[in-house]
Amino acid sequence: MGRSKNDVWVGLFVLLGAMAVLFLALKSANLLQWSWQHDYLISARFDNIGGLKSGAAVKSAGVVVGRVKAIEFDDESYQAKVTLALETRYRFPKDSSLSILTSGLLGEQYIGIVPGADEKNLLAGDRIGSTQSAVVLENLISQFLYNKAAEPTPGGKP
Amino acid sequence: MSILDSLALLGASTRRVLAGWGYGARLLGRLLALSLPALRRFGLVRDQVHFLGNYSLAIITVSGLFVGFVLGLQGYYTLQRYGSAEALGLLVALSLVRELGPVVAALLYAGRAGASLTAEIGLMRAGEQLAALEMMAVDPLRRILAPRFVGGIIALPLLTAVFSAVGILGGYAVGVLLIGVDAGAFWSQMQSGVDVLKDVGNGMVKSVVFAVAVTFVALLQGYVAEPTPEGVANATTRSVVVSSLSVLGLDFILTAMMFSI
Repeated sequence: MGRSKNDVWVGLFVLLGAMAVLFLALKSANLLQWSWQHDYLISARFDNIGGLKSGAAVKSAGVVVGRVKAIEFDDESYQAKVTLALETRYRFPKDSSLSILTSGLLGEQYIGIVPGADEKNLLAGDRIGSTQSAVVLENLISQFLYNKAAEPTPGGKP
Repeated sequence: MSILDSLALLGASTRRVLAGWGYGARLLGRLLALSLPALRRFGLVRDQVHFLGNYSLAIITVSGLFVGFVLGLQGYYTLQRYGSAEALGLLVALSLVRELGPVVAALLYAGRAGASLTAEIGLMRAGEQLAALEMMAVDPLRRILAPRFVGGIIALPLLTAVFSAVGILGGYAVGVLLIGVDAGAFWSQMQSGVDVLKDVGNGMVKSVVFAVAVTFVALLQGYVAEPTPEGVANATTRSVVVSSLSVLGLDFILTAMMFSI
């Protein structure tokens, strides 16, 4: 079977399509950020996770060190049980603390790890005790208004 | 006209519609069953990919570029009102990869390639070429329809990927080069918000479904066209209308299934 002239053009077309798929996967999506390494799982309980979603970043000193793997509701302590997948190459002391932070004013929420001072490191399956919940804007505003109302008015009552 | 007559009319039209649907479903089933064997004679499929894919490349690329331009421009004007112009990359990429890429590419493909498929098959029917093939004991489904079906299913997803990629580059050209959004934020926001499987993968799944729908509608309309000049003209019009509408309807269903959470 001889090679037809179309072969070259169809080959070029398929190559172009494959390059486009590769561009979409590598440049516009997060294939490069997929960690091919093994993770270890850590759990933590939060009173309120705000708008945290599974897949959100876990950062320490601003560097992404893991992802939020799962979020469940624990109906015994009435808290949110968050499972984190941290990359194996990063180690943290056992008494590290977690807090839910927001990147920018309207940005997405992530978990920040502040390392502690313990000699021992966190192992897979450990549970982090000290957590700080997300700041819920509505609570903050209502607290502010409540305090404002409790203050004596500057003009003074007669 | 008595009541019985109108009842019979209703019954006859119902039966005709059901028979049409049944014929279409049987044809789709046979085409799907024949599509793997069709790959064995790859020369036929390759010629169809060339005809359906390469010739549509120009219109797909130019449309993708302009859709990207417009998205960049409009997105910037809306986003900068809320002070988040750096999310432009995310907006452009998500809307292209999830919705606009698959749908607009499929609509353009229906107009550019689907119409010509219908006209080609319809003229073969009108010129009794299909009947001649059957006379020579060659199955026209196997020889004529199946290679076109497979060629379309190969071509449209590739065209969709090209459309989305060129659109993102168009958004980059307008947003970053022309307006001056920060290039680093443009790409990093895009990469943090677009998921390979959930967004890019589902967009590709959509385009495969659209490829099956558009190519099948085009082939069916050509295959059942009346063998007259008016019949072929009507079939071509119907092919474009039905396949465009089915793309839009399928898109709604697929979006509801994929991105409902």
